[in-house]
Amino acid sequence: MKNEGETTEQPDNTAFTQQRLPAWQPILSAGIVIPGFLLIGLAFIGIGVGLFLTSQTITVLEMDYTGVEKDKPCFGCTIPNIQNCTCEVQFSLSTLFKGPVFFYYGLSNYFQNFRKYGVSKDYYQLTGDTQYFTNPQDSCSPFAYDSKKNPIVPCGAIANSMFNDTFELYQLINGTKKQVPLDGKGISWWTDYNIKYRNPSPVNGSFANAFSGTRNPINWPKPVYELDLTDQNNNGFLNQDFLVWMRRAALPDFRKLYRRITQGDYAEGLPAGNYSLTVHYNYPVLTFDGRKKVVFSNVSWMGGKNDFLGIAYLVVGSLCVVMSVVMLIVYAKFKFSDDDDV
Amino acid sequence: MVRKCACRGCPNHQKQPRRRKSCGGDEKRVDSRTIYVGHRPCPDTEAFIPSKFCDNRIVSSKYTVWNFLPKNLFEQFRRIANFYFLIIFLVQVIVDTPTSPVTSGLPLFFVITVTAIKQGYEDWLRHKADYEVNKYPVTVLEDGRSVKKESEKIKVGDVVEVVEDETFPCDLILLQSSREDGTCFVTTASLDGESNHKTHYTVPDTEKDLQSLYATIECEQPQPDLYKFVGRMHIYKPEQEPAVRSLGPENLLLKGATLKNTKKINGVAVYTGMETKMALNYQGKSQKRSAVEKSINAFLLVYLCILISKAVVCTTLKYIWQSKDGQDEPWYNQKTQKEKDTNMYLKMFTDFLSFMVLFNFIIPVSMYVTVEMQKFLGSFFITWDKDFFDPEIQEGALVNTSDLNEELGQVEYVFTDKTGTLTQNNMEFIECCIDGFQYKHRDELDGFTVTDGPVSKLQQRAGQEKEELFLRALCLCHTVQVKEDGAEETPRDQVDGIDGMFPQPEEERGFIASSPDEIALVKGAMRYGFTFLGLESKCMKIKNRQNDVEEYKLLHVLNFDPVRRRMSVIVQTRSGETLLFCKGADSSIFPRVKPEEVERIRLHVERNATEGYRTLCVAYKQLSAEEYAMADTGLREARLALQDREEKLMAMYNQVETGMSLIGATAVEDRLQEEAAETMEALQGAGMKIWVLTGDKMETAKSTCYACRLFQRGTELLELTVRTLDDERLKREEKLIELLRDYHRRAVQDAPPVKAGVTRSWSKANQEYGFIIDGATLSLLMNPPRDADATLYRSLFLQICQNCTAVLCCRMAPLQKAQIVKMVKNSKGSPITLSIGDGANDVSMILEAHVGIGIKGKEGRQAVRNSDYAIPKLKHLKKLLLAHGHLYYVRIAHLVQYFFYKNLCFILPQFLYQFFCGYSQQPLYDAAYLTMYNICFTSMPILAYSLLEQHISIEILLVNASLYREIAKNAMLRWRPFLYWTVLGLFQGLLFFFGVRFLFSNPALQDNGQVFGNWSYGTIVFTVLVFTVTLKLALDTRHWTWINHFVIWGSLAFYVFFSFFWGGIIWPFLKQQRLYFVFANMLSSVSAWLVIIILILLSLLPEILLVVLRKPRGPHSRQKKPGQSNVVGSQSSQSSARPLLMRTFSDESNSVK
Repeated sequence: MKNEGETTEQPDNTAFTQQRLPAWQPILSAGIVIPGFLLIGLAFIGIGVGLFLTSQTITVLEMDYTGVEKDKPCFGCTIPNIQNCTCEVQFSLSTLFKGPVFFYYGLSNYFQNFRKYGVSKDYYQLTGDTQYFTNPQDSCSPFAYDSKKNPIVPCGAIANSMFNDTFELYQLINGTKKQVPLDGKGISWWTDYNIKYRNPSPVNGSFANAFSGTRNPINWPKPVYELDLTDQNNNGFLNQDFLVWMRRAALPDFRKLYRRITQGDYAEGLPAGNYSLTVHYNYPVLTFDGRKKVVFSNVSWMGGKNDFLGIAYLVVGSLCVVMSVVMLIVYAKFKFSDDDDV
Repeated sequence: MVRKCACRGCPNHQKQPRRRKSCGGDEKRVDSRTIYVGHRPCPDTEAFIPSKFCDNRIVSSKYTVWNFLPKNLFEQFRRIANFYFLIIFLVQVIVDTPTSPVTSGLPLFFVITVTAIKQGYEDWLRHKADYEVNKYPVTVLEDGRSVKKESEKIKVGDVVEVVEDETFPCDLILLQSSREDGTCFVTTASLDGESNHKTHYTVPDTEKDLQSLYATIECEQPQPDLYKFVGRMHIYKPEQEPAVRSLGPENLLLKGATLKNTKKINGVAVYTGMETKMALNYQGKSQKRSAVEKSINAFLLVYLCILISKAVVCTTLKYIWQSKDGQDEPWYNQKTQKEKDTNMYLKMFTDFLSFMVLFNFIIPVSMYVTVEMQKFLGSFFITWDKDFFDPEIQEGALVNTSDLNEELGQVEYVFTDKTGTLTQNNMEFIECCIDGFQYKHRDELDGFTVTDGPVSKLQQRAGQEKEELFLRALCLCHTVQVKEDGAEETPRDQVDGIDGMFPQPEEERGFIASSPDEIALVKGAMRYGFTFLGLESKCMKIKNRQNDVEEYKLLHVLNFDPVRRRMSVIVQTRSGETLLFCKGADSSIFPRVKPEEVERIRLHVERNATEGYRTLCVAYKQLSAEEYAMADTGLREARLALQDREEKLMAMYNQVETGMSLIGATAVEDRLQEEAAETMEALQGAGMKIWVLTGDKMETAKSTCYACRLFQRGTELLELTVRTLDDERLKREEKLIELLRDYHRRAVQDAPPVKAGVTRSWSKANQEYGFIIDGATLSLLMNPPRDADATLYRSLFLQICQNCTAVLCCRMAPLQKAQIVKMVKNSKGSPITLSIGDGANDVSMILEAHVGIGIKGKEGRQAVRNSDYAIPKLKHLKKLLLAHGHLYYVRIAHLVQYFFYKNLCFILPQFLYQFFCGYSQQPLYDAAYLTMYNICFTSMPILAYSLLEQHISIEILLVNASLYREIAKNAMLRWRPFLYWTVLGLFQGLLFFFGVRFLFSNPALQDNGQVFGNWSYGTIVFTVLVFTVTLKLALDTRHWTWINHFVIWGSLAFYVFFSFFWGGIIWPFLKQQRLYFVFANMLSSVSAWLVIIILILLSLLPEILLVVLRKPRGPHSRQKKPGQSNVVGSQSSQSSARPLLMRTFSDESNSVK
């Protein structure tokens, strides 16, 4: 018994218990860091140049159509309580706007990232769970029921405030208007369209019946099952404009994809010439000092135009190169003085 | 030496932490209790009232099944941190806050559960141990029959039978022993760790037949002192006056001790259950807090301020921002009626709370858990270290508390005991001096030679008679026992010994004594022909030179105590002479003998003392019959006294021990501990100041200091002792202040200004000073006649001491040791103190110092029990401090700083995001990320780092003691490094947020033109964050074991995997699928990749630059691989060969900083 006690009391002689595990002891010595910095710097400069050049090839056309100033075409639509106002914004392209062209709408000073706004939706409704149609979640209030206690589908502030300006684009050729076809497919995330959001199954063969006993959001002119009557696959909660709107923007100054121009004569892009954009002006933003704009842009492998990345890479890359040179000087100086000491 | 034996069921008891207070309701403050032996009513007393005592059940557990939950929760939430998190959680539940209560509730729940499980498990172990003890079968004598009972059923007054090798079930008064002489032997290994056999005695003259014993015992109420007991036993015999016997600790058998060498005993239970001395002794030690913890608290306060100011700023800005038209309630985000109705100020308050909740992650729950885990797990490395394993005692280091690991790296003052700590306490008889003639033993066979001392040149020997008297005194005046384990060999051994032949090494002769001095003396006497054969029934037998056995009747033992510093025995020779032999320290003997005898001996004593020997003087006195009768009655009376027994005994002892005549003196050498000098030198090299606190004589202590190289040849000694205070012109107080002023001028004012943390080597060019003070002077210094002087004295004294390389305090009482430690501890700058000692007299200073170290020496286990760390040898202190302490400090300091840093750059983007979301408390990260960040993604790498990091290898730390100074004065947790980390956190947080912000100026980041939303934004920031903080740690890691690799790359891989998983499934229990496919979509964007890479690199860039640029300076030779550079090799060889040179070198390099 005593022997047992003795052996157990003797500490294990393993590398771990004796803190002698084999270890790699990396040293950030100048010999590694200086060439490392140089390499990273050069690589970054290379990427930066690539990014910058790519960014330069991207064409962007931005137009504010809010109509704050009197001389703007949409000024007439900013009068409160005006119904079905339309205005036309003219623009011209001197060269071919290379396609595919993406058509965005943008809003400024619009806080889609308000916390209360963000939670104001009922995910179960949006997956087609009819149980929640008549009984929306509390988070939707004050957009859960209307004044007559009718449940709203889709409930909540996000759905209620869905962007409802619509646009038609015409090319002006010799005084005639040629409509540019706009493609509304593929503007929302694939997973949102195919998995995350689901329409309720039709009741008695009618899609609209599934929504019986509910009403459309207060600000909407029509119910959700009539968002796109031409294409059943783009209707209800699966309407792509609706899906795009439901994905909240990160910042108060944002843009969202509206349409793509990929069809017909415009598959290669927008040819040079004069264009007219017809705006069905419905969405009020002046009450909170917001702005609306449309953006035409083509994209590259890195997405939309973004000079920031290219510049950042250039700056950091050159910083690295400069640092490696400075370090080389400092190191050389100290190394020599070290040698003197020894 | 008898090895420590594990006794059944009791090892666990040593850990029982808390003292259960009361059993039963009657806690009346009565001075004594009366016990009826065997519950038999005694005649002649008041009516037999079986008074109520608590039963013999031991309850060391804290909880029961029923009260565990409420009690444990209550105790846990008494911790401020837990309470804080509880409040945050409650706010989240009550107020409508941005994050769900789960985010803070889950970590809190985790922490609380883990702690509760740990405490529950510990308590279950205690329950189990209790059960084992309480159900242990014992034999109780009831009406002449032996009855088997469970231990918990024993009542006070029961007569209990215990057989050999059993532990006593409660505190017993020994009534009967199977040994003829009425003694029994016990070991108290499980009580105080002393494994030697102690003799206990039966109450004299009790009946052989316990059945017919009618007696009561009157004794004091239970008290925890193991070595004190006073009581009185009244024995009633028919038709006789009741006899009264005094009871002392020698009659009391303590619960937990084990019966040895005795077949069986009977005893009556006096204290049971929670009132036993063992139970009373298990008190939780007072909690020591480390300096690091204080730093953590200070930083916490700063972060709390940051948190509150963030919340205040956001709340204020929110209301300013909202005051603009249309901002507060745009048409797309209308408020509910309830919100509109809410009072404005209430809204502000809830907004403030919401911001607090949003930012509360800046003070993470997990830091406490990680720190605790680090300390707990880290302390295993001390117990595991095989360098601390001592083959002699078969034990390694012991960690009693893991709270102070890092304090080991911060020690500035080392207070060390001398005997047993600096020296081995392995006594060897060197020489003696009889009547002024010196006898020096040489290892020759006749064992007795006389050397030519300076005095004894003419006449080489003292008279035969004196010589033999002296040797008899040595043989008789002690409390040594002959070990009986090897009973068969002993007689032969003794016979051999008489011829002067020692075929066996003397150590095996088997003596047991409480102090090694005594054994050395008995053995010394043996060499000169007088052998102590043993004590049998109060009769001491010695064999003299003529091989005749002399017998002496032992009448009284006047025990040794540290105040008197001497002990005596009174014996009666066969011829009827009564003799008193006394031995003790010179200072306590000299005043009690004839002055003319002193002079002849004093010279020897002083010379021996300067050579570092322990000296004892021996005196004797013949007692006439009347004298003895007086002494006898006096002593008996004093022993029977129930009150002030100690004082009465002391007075009686003093009265008896007078008018003696001095026979001679002995010198015993106490060897230095292995590597004592090297250890001390290393500690001094590490910038620690070493104070030696000893109860020993100044000369002896001084010589030890020289031997340990604490004082060196050139050291100028400043002495402040009774001797230097003796001045004919001045009074002692005046002389004291004069000397103090003088020394102060020499050591402080004339010396160049001394920088903090610099000792010997800095002042190398200048004069070195050593300071010596003794106990009497110290008490004069601490309690001067005029109170007003006290502070002046103390500050002068402290200033002098701070400028001395070493300080020696001799003639210290245990309490004075603690006083000194306390004084230094509370002096300016509150330096970290460490006390190291091995004996019971060091306990007070061990408890007083920041870190108490016990040495598992020969003086029992009290020091070890009360210490924070225990090591087998003094030499282990070097590694404990220089290697373990240093590493622990660096690890935990880095851990703390890193934790604050990573949470600052975690929360800062969330704070900045408020400026872009209308101050609406929108979280930037998903709830899962908020919760998991500290628990899963970033916790393991730092834990592994804080357990395994060796920024400098252990070998170099040991060789290069001055490295210890680099972390002195809490160097890594001062405000500057904290500021550095904070700035780093701020920089990175800003970078993360604004880098992504600029990227999102065009949220179309995919090549299909689709845009990213707010959760993508948060996920990109979070990804950068996780990678950056992990890689930052990777940059700091200097010691990459496979574990580090595993946890660092594993955490990153886990993060990626988790994000895919979390975003890859529609979770049915979530109300919103915010992160669905966000992470995968992010990875499909080249821009996101590019921005992540550049932000990580840019965040780490300054760090890399600093590392590289700092490197060429400083003495960081350690960063070079040993194989690669010759510098390390040459330095280390230099330092071992010429340590002083090495020290100056490293100092210069230090001062560059």
